[in-house]
Amino acid sequence: MKSKTLPTFLITIFIIIFYIFYKGLQNPNIYTPDINIKKDIPNFKTKVFDTNNIINSNEIFKENKFYLVNIWASWCAPCRDEHIFLMKLYKQKNLEIIGINYKDKNDNAKSFLNELSNPYKLILSDQDGTIAIEWGAYGVPETFLVYERKIIKKIIGPINNNSLLEIQKLIK
Amino acid sequence: MKLFKYLLAIFFVLNLNSLNAQEDSLQSKITKNLRCLICQGQSVYDSDSEFADSIKILVKKKISEGESEKQIYGYLKDKYGEWILYEPQFGKKTYFLWLLPILMFVLGGAIILKIFYLKKN
Repeated sequence: MKSKTLPTFLITIFIIIFYIFYKGLQNPNIYTPDINIKKDIPNFKTKVFDTNNIINSNEIFKENKFYLVNIWASWCAPCRDEHIFLMKLYKQKNLEIIGINYKDKNDNAKSFLNELSNPYKLILSDQDGTIAIEWGAYGVPETFLVYERKIIKKIIGPINNNSLLEIQKLIK
Repeated sequence: MKLFKYLLAIFFVLNLNSLNAQEDSLQSKITKNLRCLICQGQSVYDSDSEFADSIKILVKKKISEGESEKQIYGYLKDKYGEWILYEPQFGKKTYFLWLLPILMFVLGGAIILKIFYLKKN
C-alpha cells in the first residue's frame, strides 16, 4: 500500500501540470483588450491643435454631458473610412466630439479636415503619442465614449455602422 | 587655479555622462520588460512600432520626472493590464504562477530525500 502512494502522487501532479499547460496552449497569445471597462478619464495637459495653447483636460470634460474622444491622423487610412460616421455623430445634439490628432503634420491634418469636413468641437495635438497612452490606446483610430468623466465605451479600430448604432443607443 | 577649473569641468561632464547612462540603462531595463501590444513576440525595447515608440518616450519622461521602476509598471498596468508586463507582479491572479516552481522544487526535493531515506533503510 505504502509503495503505491508515491506513484499515485506523482501521476496526480503530472496530470495537474499537464492540464495547466494544455489550458495555457488554448489561450490566445494575441492581446485582446478589455473594451467594456468603466475607467476614469486621464488627467493631462496638451496643446490645442489650432492655437497651440496649452489646455488641461479638466477644462474640457464637464459633468452631465457625453463626449466622444476620437484619436485620428491624416496618414491613417481607416480614419478616412470612419469619418463619415463621425459626421453623422456630429449632428447629435447631446454629444461633443473631441479629436486627438496623433503624430501628424499640422498641414496634412488641416487638409484632411478641409477635404472631409471637421466633426470636432476641439482638437488636441499629440505629437509624441503620449496622450494616446494616457487614454490607454494602442494606435489610430480609436474612440472613447465619455460620460461623467468616465470612459463608458471604447472602440478599437474605425467606427462602423454597428458602433455608430451602439453609441447612439448609449447617448439616448 | 586653471587646472582646478579644468578638473572640475571634466568631473562635471563625466558625472553627467554617468547620470545619463544610468537613466538610459533603466529605460532599457523597463522597456525590455514591457510587451509590445500590437506586435507579436516583441518587447517595447525591440519594436519600432508607433505604439512602442510612444511608450519609450513616456518611460523616458517618467524616469526624468523621478518616478521609480515600480511606479512606471504600475502606471502602465493600470492603462493596459497585467499583460503588458513580461514579468508579472505577485498578486491574486499570479500567485500560482510564482509559487508553482517553488512548490515543485520543494516537492521534488522531498521525493528525492524520501527515496534516499527508503534506500538507506
